[in-house]
Amino acid sequence: MIVGNRKDFKEILEKLGSRRRVLVLGCNECVTVCGVGGEREVGVLSAELRLYWKKEGETFEVREHTLERQCDYEYIDQIRGFADEYDVILSMACGAGVQYVAEAYKTKLVLPAVNTTFLGVTIEQGVWSERCQGCGDCILDMTGGICPIARCSKSLLNGPCGGSSGGKCEIDNETDCAWQLIVDRLKESGQMERYEEILPVKDWRTGREGGPRKRVREDLRL
Amino acid sequence: MKTNSRVEKILAGGGFVVTSECGPPRGADAEVVRRKGELLRGVVDAVNVTDNQTAVVRMSSLSACAILKGMGLEPILQMVCRDRNRIALQSDILGAAALGINNVLCLSGDHQKFGDHPQGKNVYDIDSIQLIQTVCRMRDEGRFLGGEEIKGKPLMFVGAAANPFADPFEIRAARLGKKMRAGCEFIQTQCIYNMERFSRWMEMVCERGFHEKCAVLAGVTPFKTAGMANYMKKNVPGMDVPDEMIARMKGVPKEKQAEEGIKICVETIERLREIPGVRGIHIMAIEWETKVAEIVKAAGLLPRPEIE
Repeated sequence: MIVGNRKDFKEILEKLGSRRRVLVLGCNECVTVCGVGGEREVGVLSAELRLYWKKEGETFEVREHTLERQCDYEYIDQIRGFADEYDVILSMACGAGVQYVAEAYKTKLVLPAVNTTFLGVTIEQGVWSERCQGCGDCILDMTGGICPIARCSKSLLNGPCGGSSGGKCEIDNETDCAWQLIVDRLKESGQMERYEEILPVKDWRTGREGGPRKRVREDLRL
Repeated sequence: MKTNSRVEKILAGGGFVVTSECGPPRGADAEVVRRKGELLRGVVDAVNVTDNQTAVVRMSSLSACAILKGMGLEPILQMVCRDRNRIALQSDILGAAALGINNVLCLSGDHQKFGDHPQGKNVYDIDSIQLIQTVCRMRDEGRFLGGEEIKGKPLMFVGAAANPFADPFEIRAARLGKKMRAGCEFIQTQCIYNMERFSRWMEMVCERGFHEKCAVLAGVTPFKTAGMANYMKKNVPGMDVPDEMIARMKGVPKEKQAEEGIKICVETIERLREIPGVRGIHIMAIEWETKVAEIVKAAGLLPRPEIE
């Protein structure tokens, strides 16, 4: 899933400036699962705003609304009836959602309330970890199911570097060395001979380096 | 002989190589490089020039190499994959060869987190093993990574680093094997303090015969103070400083510690020369280039061979 962090309240207030009619817009997908932009978090942020402005003696209107998804037009279109009543749409979706809402409501100011961080997994309640960088050409078959591009700090295809120590990365001892994990996994699965292979230079064109990506599936088009 | 490298020539003649390093300044003063170079003249066979080591901005390795080359020294161009993509790396290889630089050391590079610009973005388009392959391909096949023909092949003697003290230990010899298969002709190791572990690694390297195609130059760094020894143990990733080494430094009064550090370094070199497969010594006297001559002399490694 896409994992994010909510922006600080102070930053959100600064971005809102003098605007007081706010539609706080949540998303029921990834950001709900990682507890950053779903219905509950829309409620929390809205309550924070109301409380703050009330204390300041301001006049305001904060409306809460959570869409099934902010990355599909059919859902975004559901707020068309009342979006115009607000000065600003404060989107709590990932960066894709924020942009798609902004695209759909061209005359509206759409602001992000969330910092989108990575594609990852839930390690335990309240803990998420990065797993994929969407390079567009998966090599997990070569590396024991552990991605060195996303999980090695230097994205080394032929690691580990000389900074791997006690299973941890040189950048800090909280971060696992991806290549230690790869070696452990290759050993556990009886594939140590794989380590001897030199992975070739990667063609990054399938990733962001090839320019913004677009995918067309003719078989699915209407 | 594939290149004009002094290191290649000495190794081909069965000689024992001595290299050292010169860290470029944090400014544009060429005199700093010349001063450091002068200290190493006639003392070592070649001088590594570090490439923004510990991710701190310094004068470019290539420029400092050109300055040393102009003084008649033999530079080894260190190149890290952190800051340049395949276009810039290959371009600098061509430039280095055009300036008469004969040696390159292919490295991953320290993560920018350690440096003075932790906010920066890293590149890592290719890794150190792929950089070895790239330079060898440019030299031997006369082709760029992209396949196009090179007019005027860069004749570089290709080296890399190895850290026998990093984990997982069990693949460290295999990793050197991968570098060798990629085309690497010499290795300079991380600073050696734990002789037992280095010997075990060297045995694994020799068992698999990697040392025959890829010359291992053993790395040493003299301690200036007990504090430095302690700092290296605790704060430098992939560094293995045994407690008895620190105890020995602490055991002498402060004003005698530098002398003790040099003594340890010379003893280490003497022991390393006895280890089968070791083809040379790489002395990394960090901001202490003034002591290299003394160390080389005390270790009985002077005079250095005359090479055409």
